[in-house]
Amino acid sequence: MSFIATPQTMHFPDALPLQSGASIRDYHLAYETYGTLNADRSNAVLVCHALNASHHVAGVYAGQDKSEGWWDNMIGPGKAVDTDRFFVIGVNNLGSCFGSTGPMHTHPDTGEVYGADFPVVTVEDWVNAQARLLDRLGIAQLAAVLGGSLGGMQALSWTLQYPERMRHAVVVASAPNLTAENIAFNEVARRAIVTDPDFHGGHFYRHGVIPKRGLRIARMIGHITYLSDDVMNEKFGRQLREGLELKYSTQDIEFQIESYLRYQGDKFSDYFDANTYLLITRALDYFDPARAHGGNLTRALARAQAKFLLVSFTTDWRFSPQRSREIVKALLDNRRRVSYAEIDAPHGHDAFLLDDARYMSVMRSYFDSISKELAV
Amino acid sequence: MTEKNTMQALARLVPPGSRVLDLGCGNGAMLDYLQRERGCSGYGVEIDDANVLACVQRGVDVIQLNLDEGLAMFGDNSFDVVLQIDTLQHLRNAETMLRETARVGRTGVVAFPNFAHWPNRLSILRGRMPVTRRLPYQWYDTPNIRVGTYKDFEVLATKNDLRILDSFGLQDGEEVRWLPNARAGTAVFHFEHA
Repeated sequence: MSFIATPQTMHFPDALPLQSGASIRDYHLAYETYGTLNADRSNAVLVCHALNASHHVAGVYAGQDKSEGWWDNMIGPGKAVDTDRFFVIGVNNLGSCFGSTGPMHTHPDTGEVYGADFPVVTVEDWVNAQARLLDRLGIAQLAAVLGGSLGGMQALSWTLQYPERMRHAVVVASAPNLTAENIAFNEVARRAIVTDPDFHGGHFYRHGVIPKRGLRIARMIGHITYLSDDVMNEKFGRQLREGLELKYSTQDIEFQIESYLRYQGDKFSDYFDANTYLLITRALDYFDPARAHGGNLTRALARAQAKFLLVSFTTDWRFSPQRSREIVKALLDNRRRVSYAEIDAPHGHDAFLLDDARYMSVMRSYFDSISKELAV
Repeated sequence: MTEKNTMQALARLVPPGSRVLDLGCGNGAMLDYLQRERGCSGYGVEIDDANVLACVQRGVDVIQLNLDEGLAMFGDNSFDVVLQIDTLQHLRNAETMLRETARVGRTGVVAFPNFAHWPNRLSILRGRMPVTRRLPYQWYDTPNIRVGTYKDFEVLATKNDLRILDSFGLQDGEEVRWLPNARAGTAVFHFEHA
C-alpha cells in the first residue's frame, strides 16, 4: 500500500484573466503535495494532469486502500520521481470536476450554478492558475514540471509562459497541437454529450439529471483511441461474452470488447461531469503554441530555457512519436538541451500510465540527474 | 572500440568547445569525454534502449532514433562536428547517412573497421571470412552489414564531394599513417563538404 495523501484547497479571490478575454474570480484550486520542500525551495516538481485525472497524483486517501493516485506507480517514496528527494505538487485544473472550481459550482456574479456558462479555459490559463498557486506556496522556480498527454502540453506551455520558473520539463506522450483526426475524435465525444436529451444545453444540474448516455459514448470512443489494436486483440480478440454460440442479436452484448467498453462508459458517467468533458477536450483542441508564430514551432519554442526530456510510445497513435519528434526538432533548432526516448511499448497512449521497465528506468535516471544537479 | 586511447585519438579531431552530434553514440562515453575534457556540447543519437538509458544516466543528451530513417530532425550545418564512430557499417543506407553527416555537420569524423587489414586478407586467402577481435562475428550473424576498406571509403568520399582533411588508420589505439589500408584494423576519416 502506498503512503497517505491529503487533498488541500486554496482560494483565490482575485480575478484570473483568461485567454478568451473573460476572467474568473473567487475560485479555488484543489491540490496535493508529497515530500518536503527543502530549505532553498529548489526541489519542487509540478505534475500536470490529463483529461480525466486530478490533483490526486500519488498515495492513497486514509481508510481507502484502493484510492491510489493516477501516477502512483511513478511518484512516491523511492519511486522514479522520488518524494524522499522532491516536493511534488499535483493541481486540479480549473473547469475540472474533482475539486477545483468547475461548471458544477456557483458563479459568484449570478449565484447560479455555472453549467454551460463556465468560461472556456485553455492550457495557458491552467498554467497561469498553477503559477499563482506556486506563488502562494512560495516556490519561485520548479526543479521540473512533468506531465503526460494533455499534462505534457501544460509542461510544454510552462516553458514558454514562465521560462525562468523551471529547470526541467518532462513531456510524456504529448504533442505540440492536435491533428485534425484528433480534434475529430474530440468532436464525436462532444456531440455525443451535447445531443443527449439530458444535457439541456449544459444546464442539466437545475433539471436534476445527468447526460449519462452522452458521457458513456464519449468515454467509449476516447477509450478506443487510448489503446492499440494489438493490445485490444490480445485482451479481447473476438471472444464472446457468454458461451460459444452466437446470439444473432443486433442489440445484446455479443463480444467481450463491447462489454468492456460499456463497463468503462458506465463507470465514467458515474463520476465525470459532462461540461468538464467539453471544456477539457476544447482546451486540447485549442492548444497550439506555434499558432502565434505562423505555425512555426521552432520560433514558438525559442522562449524555452528549460532542459527537456521527451518520451513517446511507438504504438501510441493518438499522440504518436512523430508529434514528440516535432517538439524535439524545434528544441534542437533552438539549441536547447533535450533528450528523447521512444519506448517500444504495446499499450498505445495508455502506456504513459503503465509500468514499462524501459520507460520507468529512463524517468528514474532523468530525475536522478536532476536531484544530483540540485544536490537534493 | 571504446578503448581509452582510441577514444582520445578520435577526440583529437574534435576542436575544443565544438557542438557535436554523435551518430550511434552507444553508451555516451565519447560525448561524456568530449564534454568533460574538451568543453564540447551536443547530442548523441541511438536506437538501442539500453544505450539511451546509459546516456541519460551519465547526463549525456540523447535522441532515440533509427539512423536508417535519416537525419531530418537536424538542420543544415547545425553542428561543428558529426561523429560516426563504428556506426557506418551497421547502416542499410550508409551512403545516404554519409551525405546527411556532411549536410548536418561542418565537418565529419567517420571510423569503421577496415576490411583490408592484413589478417582479414589472410583469412580471405584461406577462403574464409575473417573472425577477429575487431570483427568478432561469423558471416551469418554479423551486425556489420557494410564491409568496406580504407581505400573504398576514399572512393566514396570523392564520389560525394567530400574534402578529406585528414585520414589515418588506428591499430591498438595507435595512429597508423604508413600503409593504413593494410596495417590498421580501423579506418578514420576527417572530412568536410566541398
